[in-house]
Amino acid sequence: MATKMKELDAMKPVMTDLKGQTLVCLRTLTEENPASLATYIKLGGYSALKRIVTEKTKATDIITEVKDSVLRGRGGAGFPTGLKWSFMPRYFDGTKYLVCNTDEGEPGTFKDRDIIRYNPHQLIEGMAIAAYTLGAHVGYNYIHGEIWQDYETFEAALHEAKAAGYLGENLFGTNFCFNLYAVHGYGAYICGEETALIESIEGKKGQPRFKPPFPASYGVFGKPTNVNNTESYASIPWIMQHGGAAFAELGVPNSGGTKLFSVSGHVEKPGNYEVKMGMPFSELLEMVGGVWKGRKLKAVIPGGPSTAVLPAATIMAATMDYDGLSKARSSLGAGSLIVMDETTCMVKALHRLSYFFYEESCGQCTPCREGTGWVYRIITRIVNGQGKMEDLDLLTDVSNNISGRTICALGEAAATPVLSFIKHFRPEFEYYIQHGKSMVESQ
Amino acid sequence: MLSTQAIEKIDYELTKYPADQRQAAVMSALRIVQTERGWLSKDSISEVAQYLGMPEIAALEVASFYNMYDLSPVGKYKITVCTNISCMLRDSDEIVSHLQTKLGVGFNEVTADGKFCLKEGECMGACGGAPLMTVNNHAMHEFLTPEKVDEILEALK
Ligand SMILES: Cc1cc2nc3c(=O)[nH]c(=O)nc-3n(C[C@H](O)[C@H](O)[C@H](O)COP(=O)(O)O)c2cc1C
Ligand code: SF4
Ligand code: FES
Repeated sequence: MATKMKELDAMKPVMTDLKGQTLVCLRTLTEENPASLATYIKLGGYSALKRIVTEKTKATDIITEVKDSVLRGRGGAGFPTGLKWSFMPRYFDGTKYLVCNTDEGEPGTFKDRDIIRYNPHQLIEGMAIAAYTLGAHVGYNYIHGEIWQDYETFEAALHEAKAAGYLGENLFGTNFCFNLYAVHGYGAYICGEETALIESIEGKKGQPRFKPPFPASYGVFGKPTNVNNTESYASIPWIMQHGGAAFAELGVPNSGGTKLFSVSGHVEKPGNYEVKMGMPFSELLEMVGGVWKGRKLKAVIPGGPSTAVLPAATIMAATMDYDGLSKARSSLGAGSLIVMDETTCMVKALHRLSYFFYEESCGQCTPCREGTGWVYRIITRIVNGQGKMEDLDLLTDVSNNISGRTICALGEAAATPVLSFIKHFRPEFEYYIQHGKSMVESQ
Repeated sequence: MLSTQAIEKIDYELTKYPADQRQAAVMSALRIVQTERGWLSKDSISEVAQYLGMPEIAALEVASFYNMYDLSPVGKYKITVCTNISCMLRDSDEIVSHLQTKLGVGFNEVTADGKFCLKEGECMGACGGAPLMTVNNHAMHEFLTPEKVDEILEALK
């Protein structure tokens, strides 16, 4: 292990300037050794779990607190976490499971990685509280395969927590037991979809299941399972320590708490920034050092590629919360901001994105499998200078025909960039088709 | 034959699942065997399937579904560069062409000396450190520049 840690030290971490941030999920970042158990305990870590377990707090009271916090699922869909928890069957004869989704791999999304490598214990505590509340005794954290070193960091933290009595059997001398394990993906974006992830945990191809049944009734090994995103669980200890109302107050109505924003692309200081929900985009852009090389902002994908791209003027007027971005006709998604400067060719940007969805479609629904391939081939044709004007309508048509006709939401996710890029940047696509080359690169 | 070390590691993974769910460990088991042998031959996959008591075809399906498993030899060092949008915006294409020139291979090719193989990867969930690449799946190198790539290659010789 010692040599391993050494290798890790040699890596340059994506640490950001903490000024202006409000640290909840990444609260250990103010300390020297953020990932260590000692650091977490020094900051009050595991106290909420201990209190809840020893005082035998009623599950319904915890769920009420989580509902009051207005915490919404941070994995992209924004579903209220307290409400989700209330769907788990209270009484079940057998094992119930808890699953954490750390499989982020949608371009621009890299927030959960910082939670597992800089503050793993807060995630562990959050999952333990959830397990207590939902009556689950076994949990899995499914981690994206490519961030292997962070998987190892997290697994080391699990052993540390177990040795210290925060995981395992009869915790704090009560009859509460919770065993938590790290498991990993190995290169399939679709496993971020919760039912594909469950299939993958079971040792199968990651192909989404039809819903219903939902995981709450038929999840891991066919048992009731609660799936949440890493950031969702990591918010729980703070909520149970300070109260749901306090968490809600950090944010704005309908968007409680803080949010980790992953900022990538053309900015001076890419990285994760944890700020209060409702921060104006313009302020966030300033925090990340602005657009790089003193260039002008052209467009931003605010929540990951499955959310609609917004032109500079629209995003500059928006606030970073669920309602703020839906008013701007996009969505918060997972909070993954991809920033593009004036030199970006939108046709080429969409080309890359369409390849991603084509490559990552699991292939079991015809509209998604065929549609994503078709879209990619049409855009490739345009990029190669062989596009026709009708292609733009065809792209819109094909995309509209994927949406809503598939087992999982990847189909819709693949359609969104196509529709929004063409809607906002149509002249650039037309220019490319007419001249056989990029408008931006010809300037 | 799976090595004793591999079996030890697989047995550790098996402790994470109910006793009647050995197949659940297949992702780890394939990873462990691939790390040891460099890539996954049909025989390697069969051995894993046998050890876990699952149908060979099911193990093969898993091995071919997930991108990080290699079903053909990838040389001593497999270099995977992410070229997706966040990385593209940070000039990952420049890193790719630098690697291609330097190694004299295109994507999915192995150098003549069997040392390096270059692969194009999809988003690795680490876009804040773009442009980036992994070496043999498990070592990630971020904030790449052509100079930094040279240093990394040098260290791998
Ligand atoms: C194609 C696809 C990919 C997804 N990827 C992720 C992911 O990487 N991480 C994640 O937490 N949720 C992802 N989701 C959403 C999950 O299915 C699920 O809603 C989420 O993990 C629930 O947690 P939450 O309620 O805390 O957000 C994805 C969904 C789809 C359709
Ligand atoms: S929509 Fe696409 S990714 Fe989702 S299940 Fe269907 S084919 Fe697979
Ligand atoms: S786009 Fe390259 S790591 Fe995410």
